Amino acid sequence: MSGHLVVAQELPWPPSVGDFFPPNLAGPWVTKFTIMVWLAVALLIVFYLTAYRKPQLVPTKAQWLAESLYGLIRDGIARDQMGEVGIRFAPYLTVLFSFIVLTNLFGIVPGLQISPNSHIAFPIVLAAISYLLYLSVGVRKHGLFRYLKMSLILPNVPLLMHFLLVPIEFMQNFIIRPVTLAVRLFANMFAGHLILLVFTVGGFVMLASDNLFVQVSSIFAFLMAILMTFFEALVAILQAYVFVVLTANYVSTSLAEEH
Amino acid sequence: MNLLAEIGGSVNTIGYGLAAIGPGIGVALVFAAYIQASARQPESAGYNRTWLILGFALVEALALFGLVLAFVIGG
Repeated sequence: MSGHLVVAQELPWPPSVGDFFPPNLAGPWVTKFTIMVWLAVALLIVFYLTAYRKPQLVPTKAQWLAESLYGLIRDGIARDQMGEVGIRFAPYLTVLFSFIVLTNLFGIVPGLQISPNSHIAFPIVLAAISYLLYLSVGVRKHGLFRYLKMSLILPNVPLLMHFLLVPIEFMQNFIIRPVTLAVRLFANMFAGHLILLVFTVGGFVMLASDNLFVQVSSIFAFLMAILMTFFEALVAILQAYVFVVLTANYVSTSLAEEH
Repeated sequence: MNLLAEIGGSVNTIGYGLAAIGPGIGVALVFAAYIQASARQPESAGYNRTWLILGFALVEALALFGLVLAFVIGG
């Protein structure tokens, strides 16, 4: 084997699923991830409370940040997707957006280095809340029977086609939607962490090789790692945005008038 | 039998490579359509951006399913 690699013993190479399970901090209930989620919740509560404790006409920096975040979600997502009736969902969507952005960005914060969302459990809870939200909004607005009829039966379709279309619509509206919502966020964070591992750990593995050429070319691995860190920042914000846009979109289909 | 060549590792990697072709083309189509639409009618760029992100997310989900399944189904 040319370019024979001497893998440093302590390096987890190649990266695997096991790398997503750092050792427990205190018993099985206090892991790195629960602490990160508490941290995110605490940061958000403190940030929004202090930012809006004494609202001023000329906003302070924190107030400006909080207001532009809220404005972005309210005007760019809630009103865009759901119209004027959607504005009452803007506070929830804003908190959802900030929470996902913050927990996603933990993936590239030194010391934390992994996002809680790279474990399927956390996106599942977020998606379950969105699922219950759009179901309950639909049922409350139209009533259970009319909501089911609205979301399962397409208008102006020949009778026999319903045997095909009703199961498809059911899968689409009640199963695929929440599952993709959770899996998309999870898989993006999972893949992001894996990519960073490949380039950083790979760089060290190349550095530990006994071949000068391989050692020198490890610099490209580290450069890619830096580049990918910036890319992960982009993905973190983009995925939070996607999650919130899709939630708003699903709620808007529940709010829609019967077609 | 005289073994001349061997491929080690997981077949899932090849499977994921194949699974990524479709979403790759899909994402390309979404962005191509967005660029074309906003080049023809620049004032609609802001309105289209929401749908760009939405379409991108829906297509990308397929590639991510492939990635997750590559890890989930036997090493």
